[in-house]
Amino acid sequence: MLLLQSALVQSALVQAALGALPAARPTWNLALPGQLLGALGPDLLLAGGAVLLLLVAVARPESDRHQRAVGWASLGLVGLTIVAVVAYASRGALATEGPIAVDTFRWAVDIVVLIGTGCTIALSMESNPLDGILTAESHVLVLFSAAGMLLLAAARDLILVFLGIELMSVAVYILSGLDRRSERSAEAALKYFLLGAFSTGFLLYGIALVYGATGSTNLATIGEHVARYSLMYNPMLVAGVALLLIGFSFKVAAVPFHMWAPDVYEGAPTPITAFMAAAVKVAAFAAFLRIWLDAFPTVAYQWHNAIWLLAVLTMLVGNVVALRQRNLKRMLAYSSIAHAGYLLVTVVVANSLGASAFLFYLVAYTLATMGAFAVVIALGEPGERNQEIADYAGLWTVEPWLAAAMAVFMMALLGFPIAGGMGFFAKWYVIDAAIHAPHPQTVLAVILVLASVISCGYYLGVVLTMFMKPRPANAPAVRPVPTGTFLVIYLSAFTLLLFGVLPNGFVQLAHDSVPISMVGAPARAPVASAASR
Amino acid sequence: MIAPALQAAALAAAPHPLSGTAADWVWALPLFPLAGFLVNAALAVVAVARPGPADPSADRHSAPDATAAGEDVAGHGPGAGDADAPPPARHRFASVVSLVGPLAVGLAFALACAIFAAMARVHPTTPFVQTYFHWIPAGDLQVNAAFQLDQLSLTLVLVITGVGALIHLFSVAYMGDDPGYARYFAYLNLFVFFMLVLVLGASYPVMFVGWEGVGLCSYLLIGFWYADRANADAGKKAFIVNRIGDFGFLIAMFLLFVQLGTLDYTGVLAAAPGGLEAGGPVVTVICLFLLLGCAGKSAQIPLYVWLPDAMAGPTPVSALIHAATMVTAGVYLVVRSGLLFAMAPAASLTVAVMGAVTALFAATIGLKQWDIKKVLAYSTISQLGFMFMAVGAGAYVAGIFHLVTHAFFKALLFLGAGSVIHAMHAAYHATHSHEDAQDMRNMGGLRARMPVTWILMWIATLAIAGVPLFAGFFSKDEILGTIFDRAGGSILRDAHWLGIPGGVVLYAIYGMGLVAAFLTAVYMTRLMLYTFHGQNRTGEAARPHLHEAPWLMTGPLLVLGALSAVGGFLNTPAFLPIGPAETLARWLDPVVGPATALIAAGAPGDADPRRGLLLSLIAAAVAATGIVVAVVRLGRSAPVRAGAAPETGIESVLAHRYYVDEAYDRGIVRPLLAFSNRVLWQGVDGLIDGLVTLGARVWVWFGGIGSALQTGRVGTYAWALVVGALVVLAITIR
Repeated sequence: MLLLQSALVQSALVQAALGALPAARPTWNLALPGQLLGALGPDLLLAGGAVLLLLVAVARPESDRHQRAVGWASLGLVGLTIVAVVAYASRGALATEGPIAVDTFRWAVDIVVLIGTGCTIALSMESNPLDGILTAESHVLVLFSAAGMLLLAAARDLILVFLGIELMSVAVYILSGLDRRSERSAEAALKYFLLGAFSTGFLLYGIALVYGATGSTNLATIGEHVARYSLMYNPMLVAGVALLLIGFSFKVAAVPFHMWAPDVYEGAPTPITAFMAAAVKVAAFAAFLRIWLDAFPTVAYQWHNAIWLLAVLTMLVGNVVALRQRNLKRMLAYSSIAHAGYLLVTVVVANSLGASAFLFYLVAYTLATMGAFAVVIALGEPGERNQEIADYAGLWTVEPWLAAAMAVFMMALLGFPIAGGMGFFAKWYVIDAAIHAPHPQTVLAVILVLASVISCGYYLGVVLTMFMKPRPANAPAVRPVPTGTFLVIYLSAFTLLLFGVLPNGFVQLAHDSVPISMVGAPARAPVASAASR
Repeated sequence: MIAPALQAAALAAAPHPLSGTAADWVWALPLFPLAGFLVNAALAVVAVARPGPADPSADRHSAPDATAAGEDVAGHGPGAGDADAPPPARHRFASVVSLVGPLAVGLAFALACAIFAAMARVHPTTPFVQTYFHWIPAGDLQVNAAFQLDQLSLTLVLVITGVGALIHLFSVAYMGDDPGYARYFAYLNLFVFFMLVLVLGASYPVMFVGWEGVGLCSYLLIGFWYADRANADAGKKAFIVNRIGDFGFLIAMFLLFVQLGTLDYTGVLAAAPGGLEAGGPVVTVICLFLLLGCAGKSAQIPLYVWLPDAMAGPTPVSALIHAATMVTAGVYLVVRSGLLFAMAPAASLTVAVMGAVTALFAATIGLKQWDIKKVLAYSTISQLGFMFMAVGAGAYVAGIFHLVTHAFFKALLFLGAGSVIHAMHAAYHATHSHEDAQDMRNMGGLRARMPVTWILMWIATLAIAGVPLFAGFFSKDEILGTIFDRAGGSILRDAHWLGIPGGVVLYAIYGMGLVAAFLTAVYMTRLMLYTFHGQNRTGEAARPHLHEAPWLMTGPLLVLGALSAVGGFLNTPAFLPIGPAETLARWLDPVVGPATALIAAGAPGDADPRRGLLLSLIAAAVAATGIVVAVVRLGRSAPVRAGAAPETGIESVLAHRYYVDEAYDRGIVRPLLAFSNRVLWQGVDGLIDGLVTLGARVWVWFGGIGSALQTGRVGTYAWALVVGALVVLAITIR
C-alpha cells in the first residue's frame, strides 16, 4: 500500500483527481450538502459507475465475451476508485462531525476492500465460464456489494451502517446463488438469505433501542450522550448494544452465529466464497470496530465479557472443526471463522493499538485468503470438483510454483514467520495489542496462541499433502493458470513475503490509520515505536 | 581511557581524514569476490544439468587429494585400473572460471593496495566507519550494516586478498582437471567475501556474519569431494566443533549487549571503561566466552580436533582457509577486543596458557605424523598457539605480526606440499598404483626432481623454525621477548591465574614457547628430510613420472618464498640495527595502543637492549639446535618404509595424536549419542509424541462433534442463532 500510494501520488491521474477537489482545506464541513457529496467521492464514483455498468451488462445477451468485457470494465472502475481513495488519503482532509467519517481508517479499509473486490472480479471472470455462468451482471453485483462496503467503512451513523450492510448483503445473497443450476449453490443462497434476514432483525432492533436510549443514531453523539447522562446502566441501551453485537456477530460469522458460513462458503462459487471470506468480513468488521470505538467505549463493562466469550469460542471452534474438514473450501471457511475470532480480540482491546493491529491483520488476511482461494480456483475442475485436500497430493512435483504459493498462503494464515510473510506480524501485533491493552488481555492472548497451535493441524496438513505425499496416478492434469488468477496468486504471495521481511513501513501506515476519534485517547503505542526506531 | 570517547566525538564533529580518498571505496572490497562467486556459481550450475550427488561426474574427481582419506572410492580415482578411462575432461567453462576466480580477488587486492596508499599518507588515529543501512533495528539493539577501516582491518585485508590471490592462481593449475572446477572457485570466492566481511565489519554481529560465512565455506570446501564419505564427515566435524565455539561467541555478544547496550567496536571501546569493572567477573566471563569462540575457529585446545581432519579438502584450501586466513580469525577477534581482554587479566592469562599448551601439544604430535599435510596441520595449530600466547600476554602487535608472517610461510608450505602431492599423485596415477600420495614414507629424494619446490620449501622451513633473518624469526622472537617482558612487569604479572601468580605463569609460558619452538624446528626438518632428501621411495615404476609443477603453481610459490624470506623486516626489533625498526608496531598503534598500554602498565622503564639481544640469541640457538638434532637423529637411522613396524611407547602415543579423538569419541560423542538415542529420542521424545498425538486426537474428536452439529438444516441454525442471542443478552444485561 505504501508503494502503491507513493507511486500513485506521482501519477497524472492523481493530479487530475486532485484538481477536481475543492481547494486544499483541512476539514470537510459535512453540514453542507455539496461537501457531504464531496466527502463521499470514491463511494459515489463506485456506485455510479456500477449503475452505468449494470445498464451495459443487461444491454446484450449472455456471452463469455460480453461477460469478460464487463469484467474488465469493472476492474477498471475498481482501479479508478482505488486511485480516488489514494488521492483523498494523500490530501489528508478530515471531517470531525457528521454522518460520514473522513479519516485514514476509512481509506485504509477502503483499499483493502477494493483490493479484495478487484481480486474477486479477476477470479470470477476466468472461473465463472468454466461453471457455465456467463452473466455479466455478476461483476456488477460484486461492485454494488463493494459500494455497500465502502459505505460501511465510512459510516458514522447507525442508519448508514444499516444501509451499507444491506447493500452489501443483498448483493452477496444473490451472488452466492449465482450458479443457479447447482443445487448446492441455490441452497447456499437461500440459507444465507433466510438467516441473514433473521439477523438483520436483531441489528435493526438494536439500532432502534440505542436510538431510543440516546436519542441519536450518530455514533459520536451516542458516545457523548452515554458518557454525559451515564446511560451505561440504562437497560434499553445495554439491550441495544447486545442486539447490535448479535447482528454483527452473524455478519462476521462469530461462533455461535457462524453456522451458516460453512454451508454457504462451500456452496457459493469459489470467487464469491473468497469475496465473502475476505471483503465482506473486512467491511463488517470495520463498521463493528468503529461503532464500538466511537459509540460504546464507556459501555465496555457490559459488553466486555460477551465479546470476550465470543472471541474465545470463535477461535477454538473455528480451528477445531477445521481439523476435521476434507474439503478445502470448507476448511477455509472454518479457517475464516477462526480468523474472525482473532479479529474479535482487537475489538475486545478496543483502543488505537488494537485498531492498528486490526488494520495490519486485514491486509495480511485478505491477501492470504484471496491467494488461497485463487489456488483453489486454479486447480478446481468444473462442477466444483478437485477441491478435496487429498486432491492436492504431490502438487509440488507437478506445479512447484503453485504449491509454493499455496504454502505461503497457508503459512501466512497460520502466522508463520518469514515463510508466512506478513501473517506472522499480523498475529504478532494482535497479541501485542492484547498484552499491552490498558487491561491486559493475557488470557485471551494465550488462548489465541493455543488456537493457532491447533490451526497448524490443518494448515500444515495442506502443505504436507502438497509436498510430501506422492501424486496419484489418476490425478487430473493441471490446466494452465489464466492470467488474472495467476496475477492474484503470485502478487498476493509476493506482497505477503515482501512485507513480511520489511514490515516497518506497513506497520507505520497501519498505525497512522487508526480512527480519528481514538487519536486523542491515551495509549501506549509500541507498534509505532517499533516501526519508527 | 577517555581517548576513545574523545575520538568518537571528534569523529562526529569533523569529516574523517580518510573520506575523499580511496578509502571511500571500501564497500567495493568484498563485492569483487562476491561478484566472482555469483559468476562462478552460475557457471557451475549451468554446466551441470543435474547438480548434486546424482550427477555422475560429481564423484569422478581426479584431483590429487583424492586419496586424502587414504582410501579410494571404488571405480574411480587414481589407480582404479581402468586404463581405457577417458582422460578427465576439463570443465566446460574452465577458461572463464580461470579468469574470473583469481581476477575477483586480484582486483580486491589492488583496491586494498590503493586504500593502503591513502591510509599510509594520512595515518588516521580514528577508525573510518562507513554505514550502509540499519540492519537490526530492534528496540535498544541497533546494529548497522557498517564497515570499519583501520590499520588492523586493512592489514588483514591485505593478507587475505594478497595471499588469497596467489592461492587462487595456484588453484587454476592445481584444480584444472577437476569436474567441479567452477564450483570450487565459487566457494573460494565466497570464502574471500565472507573473510573480508569478517575483518571489515564495524560491529560484532557483522563480524559474526563473516565468521559464520567462512565456517560455511570451510565446510563446503573440506567436503568438496563429498562423494567420499570420509571427506563429508570431516566437513561435518569441522562444522559441529565450530558450533561449540560459536555458542561462546554468541553468549559473549549477548553479555556485551546487556552490559554496554552496544555492539559496534567504537561503542564498546567507548563504553567498556565505564560500563565494566576492570578485572571484575563480568568482563572476565565475556572474554572467556569470546575465547571459546576463538578456540573453535582457530583450532585451539580443546576444540582443535577438526583442523587435522580438515586436510581432506583440496590442498590450496588448506593453505588459504586452514592456515593463512580463516583460522587466524580468533587471533583477530582477541586483538579487536584487546581492550576487553586488557581489562580482564585473568582471561588474558587464560588465552596465553591455552596458546602455550596448544603450541607445545600440537608440536609434539607433529613429530610423529607421516601424512605431509597432517604435519602441516599440527604445525598450524601449534603456530596459532604462538599467536594466542602473544595476544594473551598483551603482545597484540606481535600476534598480528606472527599472523602475517605465518600466512606467508604456511601458505608456502601448504602450496609446496600441494606441489609435491600433485607430482606424487600424477606419478601414481600414471602407474595405477594404490600407494598413498601424501605419505612421507613414500617420498624421499624429491630434491632432484623438484628443485624449485625444494628450495622454496626450505626457505619456508627456515622461516617457521625461526632461523634468524627469515620472517618467522622476527615474529616468534617478538612474541617470546614480549612475554618475557610482561613477566617482568605488567598487570598480568600482578594478576593471578587459578591462584598462581601471573609472573610465574608467564615465565612458564615463555619456557613452553621455547620448547615448542625447538620442536617446530625438529618436525619441520624431519618433514624436509623425509620428503626431499635421502633415497627415493616412491617406487621404480612411478619414479620417472615425478616432475616439477607447472609455472602457474611455482609462480605463486616464488612470491610467497620471497615474502617468507623478507617478511620479518615488517617489524624488526629496535635493538637490532637492521632497517627501520618496529614499522608494524607504529602502524598498528592507533588500534592496539590503548589496550597494550593498559596491559603493560607497571612495566619497569625502558628494557635493557642487551636483554632483548640475549633473548633473540637464545631463540636463534633453539632453532638451530632443533634443526641440527633432527638432521643428526634422522640422518643416522634408516628411513621408515610405509607399513613398517608400528611405533612403541611414547612414539605410539604421539603417532596416535594422544588418542584425543578416541577420547572425545568415547567420552563425549558416544555418551551423547547414547543419551540422545535412548533417553531423548526413545524416552522423552516418545512421551511427548504420545502426548501430542493424544492432544491432536482429542481436538479432532471435538472437531467431529462440531461437524456433527452442522446438520445443514436452516431450522437448526436458526435455533442455534436464537440460543446464542439469548446467551449474549444474558451476559450483557447484568
